[in-house]
Amino acid sequence: MADISDQPRETFRISMLLYDARYRSMTIQVVAAMLIMLFLAQLVDNTVTNLAALGKDISFSFLGSTAGYDINQQLIPFTSQDTHARAALVGILNTLLVAVLGCILATIIGVFAGVLRLSSNWLVARVMTVYVECMRNTPLLIWILIVFAVMTEATPQPRDFQEGGTASMILWDSVAISNRGVFMPLPIWGEGSGIVVAIFILSIIGIFVLRYVARKRQEDTGQQLPVLPLSLALFILPVTLAFFALGRPISLDYPVLGGFNFQGGLQVRNSFIALWLALSLYTSAFIAEIVRSGILAVSKGQTEAAFALGMQPNRTMQLIILPQALRVIIPPLISQFLNLTKNSSLALAVGYMDARSTLGGITVNQTGRELEGILLLGIFYLITSLIISSAMNFYNSGVKLKER
Amino acid sequence: MSGTPKVAYVRSDMLPEAPPPPGQAGPIKWLRENLFAGWFNSAMTILAIYVVWSVLSGTLPWVFNGIWDAGSLTECREIRNARGLDSAACWAVVNERWLQMLFGFYPTDDPLLARLFYADELAAAGGAEMVFGGGFNATQQVAFISAMKDEISNAAIFFFGYWRPLLALALLVPAIAPVLYSNLPRSLLIFSLIYPFVAFFLLWGGSVWLPTLVALGLLATIMAGRYAAAFVGSLGGFFVSLIVFLAIFMNPLGVVGIDGLFPLLPQLNGELTDAIPLGLPFIASQNFGGFMLAIIIGTSGIVLSLPLGIALALGRQSSMPLIKWVCVSFIEVIRGVPLIVWLFTASTLLNYFLPPGTEFDLLLRVIIMVTLFASAYLAEVVRGGLAALPKGQYEAADSLGLDYWKSMRLIILPQALKISIPGIVNTFIGLFKDTTLVVFIGLRDPLGLTNAIRATSEWNGIYWELYIFVGALFFMFCFFMSRYSMYLERRLRTDHR
Repeated sequence: MADISDQPRETFRISMLLYDARYRSMTIQVVAAMLIMLFLAQLVDNTVTNLAALGKDISFSFLGSTAGYDINQQLIPFTSQDTHARAALVGILNTLLVAVLGCILATIIGVFAGVLRLSSNWLVARVMTVYVECMRNTPLLIWILIVFAVMTEATPQPRDFQEGGTASMILWDSVAISNRGVFMPLPIWGEGSGIVVAIFILSIIGIFVLRYVARKRQEDTGQQLPVLPLSLALFILPVTLAFFALGRPISLDYPVLGGFNFQGGLQVRNSFIALWLALSLYTSAFIAEIVRSGILAVSKGQTEAAFALGMQPNRTMQLIILPQALRVIIPPLISQFLNLTKNSSLALAVGYMDARSTLGGITVNQTGRELEGILLLGIFYLITSLIISSAMNFYNSGVKLKER
Repeated sequence: MSGTPKVAYVRSDMLPEAPPPPGQAGPIKWLRENLFAGWFNSAMTILAIYVVWSVLSGTLPWVFNGIWDAGSLTECREIRNARGLDSAACWAVVNERWLQMLFGFYPTDDPLLARLFYADELAAAGGAEMVFGGGFNATQQVAFISAMKDEISNAAIFFFGYWRPLLALALLVPAIAPVLYSNLPRSLLIFSLIYPFVAFFLLWGGSVWLPTLVALGLLATIMAGRYAAAFVGSLGGFFVSLIVFLAIFMNPLGVVGIDGLFPLLPQLNGELTDAIPLGLPFIASQNFGGFMLAIIIGTSGIVLSLPLGIALALGRQSSMPLIKWVCVSFIEVIRGVPLIVWLFTASTLLNYFLPPGTEFDLLLRVIIMVTLFASAYLAEVVRGGLAALPKGQYEAADSLGLDYWKSMRLIILPQALKISIPGIVNTFIGLFKDTTLVVFIGLRDPLGLTNAIRATSEWNGIYWELYIFVGALFFMFCFFMSRYSMYLERRLRTDHR
């Protein structure tokens, strides 16, 4: 059969660029690339022309010049003499502060509401359903404005806290909720307080070590250590001993009413409280739904199988239900954290000085650098989102079901 | 002696069924099982009752003692004190301003109102031509209209003064019904396609020819492509429709500096408007406001973002690296940055990116931005649906010999979209709620109007009533959407559980 020759080699024709599946994708991509480059070139060209017509250029030197405005909530020292870059940093830290605290509170309320929505108690389940539906179906902005209005309109003025006034401080006269903000005690870190903090951190590490040792010991020998009492002792005792041994280096500065406002202590502004509470309440409704669906996603057979193996209910929850439910819960939970972080840009509505209000607000208005300011702001949010979502992907690949 | 032992008593008939014990039936059983099962459950019930009672006892008297008839907040408070109430809502603000909350500063159709309710006065003032026409006296007109507005009831103004947005909203129902409910006749879909042009004409007004010609131009583009495809193949058809589109909507010769016959559309529009001046008074976008604005932005965003989102999701799954890379970066960049920053970009930065001298309606910019934003989120939702399909479905479509588009249209997307319905509707709900953010770029959305109302001297210091009104409106729409998605899920469920 040697005389069967090879098929004549097909010659390349232009039409094959379109009708041959081997080349078509290449053609499409080349055309798409050209269109995209054309579009980008047009964009850049327009921008340059428009900027030139306005007599502007693209420069980030404004970041180094004096900001000239004050920021009412600062995590790091800031005066109006500092630069725009530092103002942006203060704003970014404020964004991160409200985002982190919001995520924590939203998770707590959300888990609580989600579990209660599954309660066998008819009334509790209904109450939680009403809560979740009300929160989910109304815009966040309304909730921010409502909480802000509650804080500024429905709380007493500082002068009402005077002797014989209509309002009084709560929690043993230490916290005052007023329309100027919430005033609470501020810890004063005296001499030697660093040692106390160091001991506290060490004891936390100690608890983790203890848990590890206990687990190892149980796996090796089958003997159980009393982990909970030991951890509690480790948590409380060393710090308390150090605190008193060093002569109580940490004290509290209580807010005191002086004149028309409170002096001393820590003032938490209403703008922060409104944003924090509204973001947490709103996001918690979504988290509640996530938690509920995560728990429902674990089939009942898993519980029954665990009971059939003779496991205690709490061990069942810990070893069988939670690991499977968490696999369903964590990814959407993280994306809710992401949403919360981005939604914190609504701070604008209540005048909370976050990154949007400093870098993308006052700085832009003062310097007239919209393009650069918005670009930097966008990059900040983008980097934050990418970090959080890559953390999620990392977690996801870890807990993913190993399949073919 | 018969041999059978004498039995003292044998029951010969059945006992009637006894009712279950009192604790095991009816409401008591239900209470025991659902509210008082064990001490912990009972404690929770009591706690819940306490919470519900304290919330309701605080709010219900406030709501139901509300004062509906007052001219200002001070008047409200006087009425409240006269009635001896501790707290009472001042619903009078809603009663007085609900038209503004719904329509913003959208102008009423004053000539129609005057003809309907003030025919005699209008005649006395010199007729409609005199008051509303070209030769009117401005002060006379303002005096006439403000006197008129005070006396016509809000309901009459709602139905007759705002008939244009109302009719647009009413027509939305038949336009959207065949999309939502598949048991309606398919021929109704034609109206759904015409509806955007009708709505544009009703809302913005202007010459009737512009929306008509745009609709006809798009029709001509599609028909030309289809007709040509029969002769010169699908790719040739695409090019033919592209040329027709350019000829109608743009000036392809403008590149080489020739202005003339093209583009056809403005030329024809000018001629027809001169010859047959049919139309409604033009209303500029900056007059749009209130809840109407939320519905306009929300509906257009929802309708436009779904196809774009699906296209992005397919692009993200594409085997062509460039297409995939472009889609991924678009989705990630849009999703990574908050909507409020995008809206700010649309309002301040877009002028830099467009060709010099381009004027662009702010409302249109917002709609485009919101659409792009929602489509990136939709793309991720649809991608989840695509990924959830078993690989066998893709392979089955391939082995049937379907090409890419056919396999997507007939096999993959119907299943993937069905899985993603809850996510898609959630994205739509989010989009609708996010329309409130346009307040930050100066559009008058309902929340912006609450600020405007509070800025007046009559209603200075009023908060809750307005927020509750706006919140309730949004709740109604969003709640309907979420219930509809549940209905759709149930109806499309094909497995037997």
